[in-house]
Amino acid sequence: MEERMETLIREMKNGDQRSLARLISCVEDRQAGWKDVMKSIYPGIGKACVLGITGSPGAGKSTLAGEIARRFLDRGLSLGIIAVDPSSPYSGGALLGDRLRMRDISTNPGVFIRSMATRGALGGLCQAARDVMRIMDAAGKDVVLIETVGVGQDEIEVVSASDYVVLVTFPGQGDGIQAIKAGVMEIADLFVVNKCDRDGADVMASEISAMLELSSEAGQERPPVMMTSAFTQEGIDDLCGVLSEFINQKKARGKPQRDHVRNEVLGLLEREMVGMLRERIMENGKLESALDAILEGKGDPYSAAEELMARVHLVRSRPGERKEDTRG
Amino acid sequence: MVQESRIRVLIAKPGLDGHERGAHVVAYGLRDEGFEVIYTGLRQTPEQIVSAAVQEDVDVVGLSILSGAHLSLTRKVMEGLKAKGANDILVTVGGIIPEEDREALERMGVGGVFTSGSKIKDIAAHIRTRLGEMCPHEEENRGLFTEGTQATAGTGHEGQ
Repeated sequence: MEERMETLIREMKNGDQRSLARLISCVEDRQAGWKDVMKSIYPGIGKACVLGITGSPGAGKSTLAGEIARRFLDRGLSLGIIAVDPSSPYSGGALLGDRLRMRDISTNPGVFIRSMATRGALGGLCQAARDVMRIMDAAGKDVVLIETVGVGQDEIEVVSASDYVVLVTFPGQGDGIQAIKAGVMEIADLFVVNKCDRDGADVMASEISAMLELSSEAGQERPPVMMTSAFTQEGIDDLCGVLSEFINQKKARGKPQRDHVRNEVLGLLEREMVGMLRERIMENGKLESALDAILEGKGDPYSAAEELMARVHLVRSRPGERKEDTRG
Repeated sequence: MVQESRIRVLIAKPGLDGHERGAHVVAYGLRDEGFEVIYTGLRQTPEQIVSAAVQEDVDVVGLSILSGAHLSLTRKVMEGLKAKGANDILVTVGGIIPEEDREALERMGVGGVFTSGSKIKDIAAHIRTRLGEMCPHEEENRGLFTEGTQATAGTGHEGQ
């Protein structure tokens, strides 16, 4: 591994914030050597408890994350917070405003807040976010909070990579069903009805409870439904109580599950393969001529994709006559 | 492997100043130029701004100041960044800045002063140029010369 990376990792483990920030950028940007960083820190991780916070825009996720973080800091825990916001599909830029809601804690040395844009590349968010969680874990954080809008496959995958998922809803966004119908219900370990100082919070909470009752087997434990208000501070201590109980359990647990590891290895492999394929298809210039043909009305996208695929030779030599692949 | 780097900018409003329209306009504008913009909100202390700049590993800090306290606030931010070894971050100042203070700010190490009427395109171009000068070998990594209209890297729009 590059010496610069080694120094950064050493400094990060000594608690240097700038080195931690630099390593996150290196991995998030997929800069040269990012895999070496991940390989190097992987053996020591698994100590941090990862809490996922998801919910629709405006539900109060960032504010709630800030409140939870403040209480954990008071108890002497160290935290990493990853706040994910969408990139613009048009410009590729992003406006990341979650930090704005956590200003009370922003200079506390026990917390490290990092905003992350989705960047929208090939299911890359999930892996990149997971990598950032691991770096914070390696930096010695006790708890990593990741908050993201739970919309779309990619973002749901992000939170499902965490140890415990909190789904935040609030009264006034239609009925309870509206808030939780997009397939996020299944991944939540805990439901929070935030802004409970507003009208309709208890109706919403009972609707969610009723739905959970319908969807769960008899005798099976149902996820709790809690009510909070960051404005009046109601219920937040109780929420933190449930979360710290889970954190303590997790300390006794450990070991990643086989299914998760399989998905991750397959995911990394897919990404690598798609990148390689794309590079080869772009390279021989056939893509552009296929596009020309389609635009001139002489072809269709389906045949073009098939033909391009047929031209790519993944394996160029048979076993026994192995030659060095010129396209590495 | 496709590089997915983006220029990261922190837009911050230090001190007692409640006017954030200008900061919003710049934040939205730079987002549309393809930058990742982190917005801190109103009434930040220099310590909060320095800490955000370090943790977010930004390339640029843009301070928006309309209160008249730009000299002392900017000095504190510059000193804070230096103390954290982060004085390689480009700092720009915007807002109501009297022309005669421009030189004093530049002497502190400020790399760009943009008063009202500045065009977003000019600010973005200035940032790209300055970052290019500061780390020429990273030009390609940082996507300094990609146009704002280009879709995200690695989504199949590259290589044209």
